[in-house]
Amino acid sequence: MGRITLDKVTKSFGTAQVIPPLDLTIEDGEFTVFVGPSGCGKSTLLRLIAGLEDVSSGQIRIDGEDATMTPPAKRGLSMVFQSYALYPHMSVRKNIAFPMRMAKMPQEEQDRRIEAAAKALNLTDYLERRPGQLSGGQRQRVAIGRAIVREPSAFLFDEPLSNLDAALRVGMRMEISELHKKLATTMIYVTHDQVEAMTMADKIVVLRAGYVEQVGSPLDLYRAPRNLFVAGFIGSPKMNFIEGPEAAKYDAHTIGVRPEHISISADEGPWSGVVGVSEHLGSDTFFHIHDTGLAETITVRADGEVSFHHGDRVHLTPRTDVIHRFDTAGLRINQ
Amino acid sequence: MATQHSRSAARIMMAPAVILLLGWMLVPLTMTVLFSFKKYLPLRGGDLGWVGFDNYIRFFSSSAFWPSVQVTLVIVGGVLAITVVFGVLLALLLDQPMWGQGIVRILVIAPFFVMPTVSALVWKNMFMDPVNGLFAHLWKFFGAEPLSWLSEASMQSIILIVSWQWLPFATLILLTAIQSLDSEQLEASEMDGASPLARFIYIILPHLGRAITVVVLIQTIFLLSIFAEIYVTTQGAFGTRTLTYLIFQRVLESQNVGLGSAGGVYAIILANIVAAFLMRIVGKNLDS
Amino acid sequence: MARSITQRRKAINTAAAWAVGLLIFFPILWTILTSFKTEAQAINDPPLFLFFDWTLENYAVVQERSDYMRFLWNSIIVAGGSTILGIIIAVPAAWSMAFVPSNRTKDILLWMLSTKMLPAVGVLYPIYLIFIRLGLLDSRIGLVVVLMLINLPIIIWMLYTYFKEIPGEILEAARMDGATLKEEILYVLTPMAVPGIASTLLLNIILAWNEAFWTLNLTAAKAAPLTAFIASYSSPEGLFYAKLSAASTMAIAPILILGWFSQKQLVRGLTFGAVK
Repeated sequence: MGRITLDKVTKSFGTAQVIPPLDLTIEDGEFTVFVGPSGCGKSTLLRLIAGLEDVSSGQIRIDGEDATMTPPAKRGLSMVFQSYALYPHMSVRKNIAFPMRMAKMPQEEQDRRIEAAAKALNLTDYLERRPGQLSGGQRQRVAIGRAIVREPSAFLFDEPLSNLDAALRVGMRMEISELHKKLATTMIYVTHDQVEAMTMADKIVVLRAGYVEQVGSPLDLYRAPRNLFVAGFIGSPKMNFIEGPEAAKYDAHTIGVRPEHISISADEGPWSGVVGVSEHLGSDTFFHIHDTGLAETITVRADGEVSFHHGDRVHLTPRTDVIHRFDTAGLRINQ
Repeated sequence: MATQHSRSAARIMMAPAVILLLGWMLVPLTMTVLFSFKKYLPLRGGDLGWVGFDNYIRFFSSSAFWPSVQVTLVIVGGVLAITVVFGVLLALLLDQPMWGQGIVRILVIAPFFVMPTVSALVWKNMFMDPVNGLFAHLWKFFGAEPLSWLSEASMQSIILIVSWQWLPFATLILLTAIQSLDSEQLEASEMDGASPLARFIYIILPHLGRAITVVVLIQTIFLLSIFAEIYVTTQGAFGTRTLTYLIFQRVLESQNVGLGSAGGVYAIILANIVAAFLMRIVGKNLDS
Repeated sequence: MARSITQRRKAINTAAAWAVGLLIFFPILWTILTSFKTEAQAINDPPLFLFFDWTLENYAVVQERSDYMRFLWNSIIVAGGSTILGIIIAVPAAWSMAFVPSNRTKDILLWMLSTKMLPAVGVLYPIYLIFIRLGLLDSRIGLVVVLMLINLPIIIWMLYTYFKEIPGEILEAARMDGATLKEEILYVLTPMAVPGIASTLLLNIILAWNEAFWTLNLTAAKAAPLTAFIASYSSPEGLFYAKLSAASTMAIAPILILGWFSQKQLVRGLTFGAVK
């Protein structure tokens, strides 16, 4: 079980309030991602849940029980740190065994769980090595191994992939998702990378300056961002924002159109501009269009085979059915 | 990483060290201050009552006071100057590629292992003795008249002995600092056309700032209270009586505890002035 | 710098460095050599460098006359005891300052260091009185406590700088893994800090071994360590160079040997952890 409830939780460091009163419920078995730009308080929030920091006020409940004052070890949570935080002087086996040793678990049970974890994480051949002799991905798996043997009620991940190179990151992302499917344990995952959030989460919590901007499934956030911040943060490349007369046509202060919802052609379309930089990814091509009179640049996502050159004049057609409308306060206007 | 729990644990774990040091500082200090207001002659009647600021005035106006402060500062300053300058040069030399670097390093650190009483005795007798000392032989070899170093050039001699003891320390710290200098920085400055001297002045020396601070701080702590070197060599004669030694003489040789304690309070004040000055620099330098 | 250095330049460096190194080491070398001479050879004019009748007689005389072993034993107990006691007290304090810093941490650290600046002579008589009252004068235990106290700030300072290099996340991981504070320090922090602790240990043994104010002033016959042993050679016997040299060599040999065997940790320790 692992249902975590935050009730009017706040956190201040000295006079600086990093988390204003915050309510949030994380359901049992859910994969929740806290996402936001750096300094948004997502890591602090995770550390509050872990018990590594005290809340300034409010209550944290784990499975309905007040855990606000419970020390970290007694909360039944496991954490995977950004730096992995492996014990450098212990072998992989001893690292994984450490939480069980602290819990004074019988030796046979420890061995059984280590074997199981090592098998699941492809670490069997490395059990006697020291962390220093492992690659980044392997260290990451050891950290996860150390977290799973305790059979916690929830896993906490603090930007666990940020120290890995791009290719490994994709692989580990899948492994963690896979692990979640297999264990069906609550996971809370902190990242600044919206791609990780979108690909892994059941539920995304978008944070900015300690405030929850929006909570929802990845597709909810993609389809119906509650405000300009979420709209700009979720989705890659970023949503185009257009103000002024063009927005007024839709009865909005600002309209947002995702790059994938604009089609580009040489000769027809309501908007027009000049091609600036084009990025060819093979599968897709991103065009950055200038001089549209709508915004600084309009980014368009097109098929990989489409080709325009720097300086070409092109015409753009937005899909009007998926245009997002925002009012002067930046809040979404529902259809 | 600070929860209420870990903060209170931290306080408990700090307590023994803080209490011990506080006690170590306050108890004797209070006693010294008390004694300094008394006529206190342990061998000639013991505690003879309060005398107000008499001891302070006597100590301060004694002809030995200012010279002893001066001697103390000259020794500290002289040793610091010598060890820092030669330490930098030596560190630059040892940083160069060479054969047997490890052995040279051992040779250079060795004086640090030698206890002050030994080094003072060895220098006094085997080097600075006007008849049988090696210096005397060396002087005679060049046709010069050997000096009686510890009486005729007493301060220079003491500074030489103490510098010899502390040069290894300065060299080692500075060498460690030089080795931590990013070689890309030096290469970049070379590409920018800086001469070796310019590289030293603009790149290496600023990089050594923190290390030099550490050398100065730690050496000052130890040098302000040097004792054995003087105890063994000149016993404070020939203008080498430091404040420490003067107080030592008042307390133990003349058995005038009141007067010595007043001197002790002066010494503490002097140390505090130096400390306040140093702590400011160090505090700033350690923020980085 | 990735550049080929000419052999010539390397040779010049080597010659210069060795010359300076030998010059600095020379007083020690000379002392050791002299300790193997007869008294007459020790003051021979011109001085004899290597070609003399090597003898061990001086060592025998010094041991017989001064009971070297007793002083040595006192030095070992006092230096070792004060260092170990100091580390036991310093580890928790350094842990607190390194991992649970408050805005007063730096002040406390600087205050501790400033107690080192308290001139010993200023508190000599009070300590003397306290020692008499407690019957600690000329006792090893008293000396252990005093040397521990004077070196405690440095031990804390050094451990603090070493602990600061250990990422806090690892200790947090231990805490999440269910380690109590004691287990966290014992199983995670201490093993990780072994090199730093070893350096601290070594440096403080040397500082305590060579301490020559309290050891001279608070001991007489019973607890006197090697600093006092050698100070007793300062007057008449000082004129006997060979015996003085033998006594000196015996006083510094244990530390020289210890220092050379543990050079790597010591070099790290000698920088007081303040310079990386």
